[in-house]
Amino acid sequence: MVYNKSAQTWRWAAPAALSIGLAVLASSPAVQAEQTLRIAMTASDIPLTTGQPDSGFEGYRFVGYTIYDALINWDMSSADDISGLTPGLAESWEIDEDDQQVWYFHLREGVTFHDGSDWNADAAIWNLDKVYDEDSPQFDARQAGNVRGRIPSMDGYDKIDDYTISFTTSEPDAWFPYQLTFLLFSSPAQWEALDGDWDEFARQPSGTGPFRLTRLVPRERAVLEPFADYWDADRVPQVDRLELLPMPESSSRTSALLSGQVDWIESPAADAIARMESQGMVITSNPYPHTWPYQFSMLEGSPWRDINVRKAANLAVDREGLESLLGGMMVPAVGTVTPDHPWFGEPEFEISYDPDEARRLLAESGYGPDNPVEIKVLISTSGSGQMQPLAMNEYIQQTFTEVGIELEFEVLDWESLFPNWRRGADHETSLGAHATNITFGWLDPFAAFYRFMHSSMAPPNGFNWGYMDDPEYDRLLDEAKVTFDQDAQDALLAEFHARMVDDAAWLWVAHDVGPRAMNPRVQGFVQAQNWFQDLTPVYIEE
Amino acid sequence: MPIYFLKRVLYVIPITLAVSFFCFSLVHLSPGDPMDAVVSPDAPSEVVAMVQRAYGFDRPLPEQYGRWVVRAVQGDLGLSAANGRAVTAEVFSALKNTLLLAFAASLIGFTLGCVFGTLAGYFQGSLLDRLVTGIAVGGVSVPHYWLGMLLVIIFSVELNWLPSSGAGPGSSSDWNFEWAYLRHLILPAVTLSVIPMGVVTRTIRAMVADILAHEFVEALRAKGMAERQVFRHVVKNVAPTALAVMGLQLGYLLGGSILVETVFSWPGTGLLLNNAIFQRDLPILQGTILVLALFFVMLNLIVDLAQARLDPRIQRG
Repeated sequence: MVYNKSAQTWRWAAPAALSIGLAVLASSPAVQAEQTLRIAMTASDIPLTTGQPDSGFEGYRFVGYTIYDALINWDMSSADDISGLTPGLAESWEIDEDDQQVWYFHLREGVTFHDGSDWNADAAIWNLDKVYDEDSPQFDARQAGNVRGRIPSMDGYDKIDDYTISFTTSEPDAWFPYQLTFLLFSSPAQWEALDGDWDEFARQPSGTGPFRLTRLVPRERAVLEPFADYWDADRVPQVDRLELLPMPESSSRTSALLSGQVDWIESPAADAIARMESQGMVITSNPYPHTWPYQFSMLEGSPWRDINVRKAANLAVDREGLESLLGGMMVPAVGTVTPDHPWFGEPEFEISYDPDEARRLLAESGYGPDNPVEIKVLISTSGSGQMQPLAMNEYIQQTFTEVGIELEFEVLDWESLFPNWRRGADHETSLGAHATNITFGWLDPFAAFYRFMHSSMAPPNGFNWGYMDDPEYDRLLDEAKVTFDQDAQDALLAEFHARMVDDAAWLWVAHDVGPRAMNPRVQGFVQAQNWFQDLTPVYIEE
Repeated sequence: MPIYFLKRVLYVIPITLAVSFFCFSLVHLSPGDPMDAVVSPDAPSEVVAMVQRAYGFDRPLPEQYGRWVVRAVQGDLGLSAANGRAVTAEVFSALKNTLLLAFAASLIGFTLGCVFGTLAGYFQGSLLDRLVTGIAVGGVSVPHYWLGMLLVIIFSVELNWLPSSGAGPGSSSDWNFEWAYLRHLILPAVTLSVIPMGVVTRTIRAMVADILAHEFVEALRAKGMAERQVFRHVVKNVAPTALAVMGLQLGYLLGGSILVETVFSWPGTGLLLNNAIFQRDLPILQGTILVLALFFVMLNLIVDLAQARLDPRIQRG
């Protein structure tokens, strides 16, 4: 009897307790600060804040170009054109009239670091020693490791006067200014004030950028606030506080946005976009210099040595179908760069979806549905800029089967696939693959072409993974590299690219559009056609 | 007792050394190069070699192991390859968050498990028993991460009552027992509590039902003992087994949950391990696994010593 009574009590007590509990939960106010922009990054940790960030371009995007400046910055003010270069900590630069390996940079005067110390040639040289001079007290192996590979032409540097420095390159290199966008400058005075401790500097960094770091909780949060004395009046931050939260799981980012915990998420999952839009979130996107390709192995025995196979593969991909699979979040790729780019040129081979022509080309080479070309490709499950590699590769596999190309995948995690890029198709970690599927940015000619296509960039020197070796490619690239006239250089690169497309040197599939999802209160964001973005004009609508 | 105590403590030394050896070796046997976490793939070979020297990755593995053990004994687990921070501080900061989550989940899971198990055991065969048993089976069967995502969709996204991620409005280092922080703990703790709740429920249900069937219970009732007093006797008989099961479950929870901590971005050892795996951050992997393994070694030592204290036959054995 006693127990029956208890059971009856339970029947009303449990729902009552639940209701009270839920009412308490519901009545709690959301913890939010006004004019605070909270961004969920895809990184699993706060990128290195000492000056030269890690975590790839996301590191540069959020703790690089926010806290620091380069001598030459990216102009990210327009959404309509691919970003160009703009003076940063250097007001101007020129090449020596007699020696094409020497550059002079005239530094901006009146700039201060966040700690109030002055920016000048001494500070510049101190920073160069930080990453190039292993004997200097401020040398930091981590920062050196993060940046030196991005400035392959650097050979030397010198102070000319208080506001002029010179650089010497290892060979004439018209693309050198692009490389300098990756070299960011930390405050020598702050480093000395912190007893030369880079770990402490990471917690209390001092750069010249529009934001200054006010709090760093490793793996959890970085808080940035506007730097009141920033030198560029056009880039004054509009928010009072910028919070960066590492959130590598896309489902966690989506939930955080939809529940109001963050205002902005990077790389929303394509299958969540419709839901986010239906709940009033804003999806921004804009094409940027990004390509999703298969880079071919040209080693003996690779099927890609046959141009018919290469062309057939490019004609066998239904890019429009792929675009609809991704919810419109891509642009079909018909070359490394987009057709409206000055480097695209005028290739004769028109890439489109033409399975009949693909079958004809394969038949010409003795292949067909009964005798398919067998190709092994290294792919990843996810990764920076990889978009949705599994779904996209499975789609390609299906369309290839229809024309007589049989794809086999070696699926690696991103952290294994990425380092393999520099090891080459003949390395044991390539597992005998005939192609690798790694996306990349083509911000400058070196990043777009040279490091992949010049024969001198074969492993371990660069990313010529497939050992492409074409004297004509080398000639055009070498010539472009020493052509300092921009129009003439563009013409050479256009000739190079057209030849590359005519050779069907790679399989080009997609360009990413950098989707981001935001709370509708986030205003003022101009999504530049760039891997990096300017956060200074962004504000939160009241 | 002192000899048994001394022997048990001395056993810990070879076990610890073996654990450290396996932590170091297994991590190095896994594919991937630790340098991938330190330098960008653009870095030329001379830069890679330079950073290799700076991190000591250029030394032979036995030497690396020796240096690592010597430093670990002094409480220094090296520097994270991914971010350069001290591994010891990283691991203990994460461990603190995992302990908080584990104790919260235990509190929920064990309380519900005891209540449900007792009710089901007392009303064996009834609708209530079937309902509770169904919940318990569901608890041990439902995947953690699925339940976590479901709770997030319901309570964070749809109802907007509770936050979906993180350990507080500031960070875990600011943690205090105020509502603003506690609300971050609720969903991950509930998710993590479901398995121990199921296990404890099933154990207690079986024990209660078994003890109620014993003749001594019938004898107590026949003697006219009040049902409340009979219940006390039942509880006393169930307690040792229940405690053993709860201890085991607490041990699992203290080990951290990679999936739950990842779904909720809870900055504990599970999330730390998950990130370290994906970043090939070998020092963090080694340090975290070592600390967690030693945690279990110490827990076992305490349990062994406590058992010996309670049951002198164990010492003689």
